[in-house]
Parts: sequence; C-alpha cells; structure tokens
Amino acid sequence: MRLSGRVLPVLSALAAVSLAAGLVWGFFFTPDDYQQGSTVKIIYLHVPAALMAINAWIMMLVASLIWFIRRHHVSALAARAAAPVGATFTLVALATGAIWGQPMWGTWWAWDPRLTSFLILFVFYLGYIALWEAVEDSEKAADLTAALCMVGSVFALLSRYAVLFWNQGLHQGASLSLDKEENVADVFYQPLLLSIAGFVLLFVVLVLIRTRTEIRLRRAAALDQRGTARA
Amino acid sequence: MRALLARELTLALRAGGGAPQGLVFFLIVVLLVPFGIGPAPDRLAGVAPGTLWIAALLSCLMTLDRLFQTDFEDGSLDALALSPLPMEAVVALKALAHWLTTGLPLTLIAPLLAVTLNLPASAYPWLVAGLLIGTPALSMIGTIGAALTLGLRRGGLLTGVLTLPLYIPTLIFGARSAIAAADGQDPVPALALSAALTLAIAAATPFATARILAIQLR
Repeated sequence: MRLSGRVLPVLSALAAVSLAAGLVWGFFFTPDDYQQGSTVKIIYLHVPAALMAINAWIMMLVASLIWFIRRHHVSALAARAAAPVGATFTLVALATGAIWGQPMWGTWWAWDPRLTSFLILFVFYLGYIALWEAVEDSEKAADLTAALCMVGSVFALLSRYAVLFWNQGLHQGASLSLDKEENVADVFYQPLLLSIAGFVLLFVVLVLIRTRTEIRLRRAAALDQRGTARA
Repeated sequence: MRALLARELTLALRAGGGAPQGLVFFLIVVLLVPFGIGPAPDRLAGVAPGTLWIAALLSCLMTLDRLFQTDFEDGSLDALALSPLPMEAVVALKALAHWLTTGLPLTLIAPLLAVTLNLPASAYPWLVAGLLIGTPALSMIGTIGAALTLGLRRGGLLTGVLTLPLYIPTLIFGARSAIAAADGQDPVPALALSAALTLAIAAATPFATARILAIQLR
C-alpha cells in the first residue's frame, strides 16, 4: 500500500506524458501513408489497445495462479481490478478496428479470425466480471474466478486456433515483432512504441488505483464487521 | 460406480428429471429456425448443420442445472464428496449420465430433424458422427459451468454466459465437418480435430470441476 501510494503519482505522470507525446507525435508529426492516407494514424490507438487487451488477461492469469498457489490476497484483488480495464481495452481495440476497417476494407466488421478472437476474448472478460459480481462470499468468489480464469485461458487459446481453422482472414499479420527483418517503417514505429509504453503505464496505473480501492473496501468492511460485533 | 451411474440415470429419466424436456427443447429450437429465416429449401440447407449444432448446445446448456444443483441442495453432494469414490470420478460419471440422457438422444433424432431442414444427403453420416463425438465434450465442459455457478441465486443465466464461450471450439470443429461434407469437401480433418478435442477435454475437465466443487463445498 505505502509503496504503491508513493509510486502512483510518478507512474501516472509518466503515463500521461508518454501517452500525450506518443499520440501527438503519431497524429500530427508523422507523414500520411502512401496507400492509406491519414487513416493509418488510428494505429496509435488500435495496436496498443489490442496488445494490452491480451496482456491484461495474461496478467489476470498470473495473478490467479499466485492466488491459487500462495493465497496472497492482493493478487486476487489485482486480478479483479484488471478485468474491467482489460475489457475496456478490448472494446477500444474492436471499436478503433471497426473505424479503421470501414475506409480500408469497406466494412465495419468481418468474421475474420483476429476480429472474432477479440470478440471471444471480450465475452470471456464479461463472464469473469459477472462471476465476481455474482458470488457474495469474497474468498469463494476469488477462488471461483481464479479457476474460471485458468479454464478460460485454456479455452481462449483453443478458440484462437479453432477460429483460425474456421475462416480465412482479412486482417494483416503481426505489425510488430522482435524477430522479423521488416517491421512498420521507422517513422511510424517510434511514436507507436511510445504510445504502447503509454498504454502499458496507463494499465498499470489504473490497476493500481482499482486494487487500492478494493483493499480499502476490504478494510472498511472488516472495520464495519468489528463495529457491529462490538455493538 | 455402477450404482452412482444407475442413480443418476434414474433421477434424470423419472418424472421431473428433465431429460425428455431437453429433447423437446432441441426440437423447438430447430422448429423456430425456419420461422426466423424463411422456408426456402436452399437457404435452410445452408444453415442446417449450424442450426442443429446450436440447438444441441442450447439444450445441453438448459439441462446443466440438474448436474449438481439438486445434489448440492439436499446434501447428497457432500455425501459423495465423503465417499471413497474420488470426486473426479463422480464428475466424470455425472457427465456421462448427462450425455446419455441429453447428448445421445438428440444425436439420434438429429438426422430426422435434418430432413426437415433439407440437409444434403452426403452430410448425414458426418452430422451424426460429429454430434456423437462432440456432444460428450459439451456435457464435460458443462460440468465446469454448472460447478462454478452452484448455489447462486439467479445462476441460470450466468451458467450460460460462462459455459457457451467454452463451447466455441467444439462447435467450430463439429459443425465444420458436416458443412464440409455438404459442400463436397473432405470432412475428415475437422472430425479428427473434434475427436482430439473431446478426448483432451474428457481427460482434463473432471480434475478442474472436482477442484471447483471442493471450493464450493468448503
């Protein structure tokens, strides 16, 4: 709590700076793409949001595993805190993708493997959040959602490959990778990296804030219980 | 083990067990589709495998509540947990009983309903084979959803929200095989993948579900 309280303002400032710099750089100081014109600039929202949508789930999976093995309460709360953030990123990725797809592919939506997988991921997030809301006993809720997160991860992965089998795609391959010779051209690449860093920091900040809220709620509930027990 | 299986089957088949209703539900979902998309035979033929598969998913889902809910309420689940039989085996047996009373019967009437939907003749064996291979996985996966929402008020809708996304891979491979056969393509790869998926799910799910039940009974 104390460490996170001290780190939080610094991280928030960093997130704000790198997001602002990345987006402003991306939107106003990069040339238009020779084919896509200025629509290419939505990449600075679309790619980082999509990246974080997946990473948020992975973070929840790790937190769930820690909860299951070490029963560290904060990790269960952190997983809970991350879910709505991840769901929002997924929605942002889907929405910006639709806005980008309309001028480029001539359609808002196609049942392309990537798009479909993201919709499936979104549904998994919603189910996870719904289960947290539904179970009243908080310890049990943490256990059940952790189990759901693990089972869901396996099935999300299965669905990903099943969906690849199911339909051919419109979406291009990975835009960024560490082992490829050719990535997106440097003029686009550098601001993109900066806005990705901004999104990562934004995610960390939001999860920290939400986790701190959860911890305080927990404490308040415990105090309340002690109060009623005495009275 | 045999006694438990017999008990499950009797409970499901006797009045109030819900097994026949699952089948009726299957019939009704299939009946609704022509009303929704129109009676043109060509169009129905195109959606026939998907319709039957989705109807199968839904009727599996509708019957999930009887897997653990009543046993949980009257305490039999606690008794089963204390019995020498491991919980994993209990889960597997319950899933088997669920399949015998839901998945198997609807696989058997599926070709009949496929006639009404004008499914091309070449697809029948693959439709039945696909359902025969795929529906056990539906019952198995269903135990996870049913166990997660055990004892919740208004848990029914949540069971659907949690379980249906898990059905996606099974649905894709199962329906794909029948569609491929209807279109004159090779239906075997999809069916083989479907079989692999069902085997993997059947091997892994009882452990996951038993773990979740242990949490619920704590």
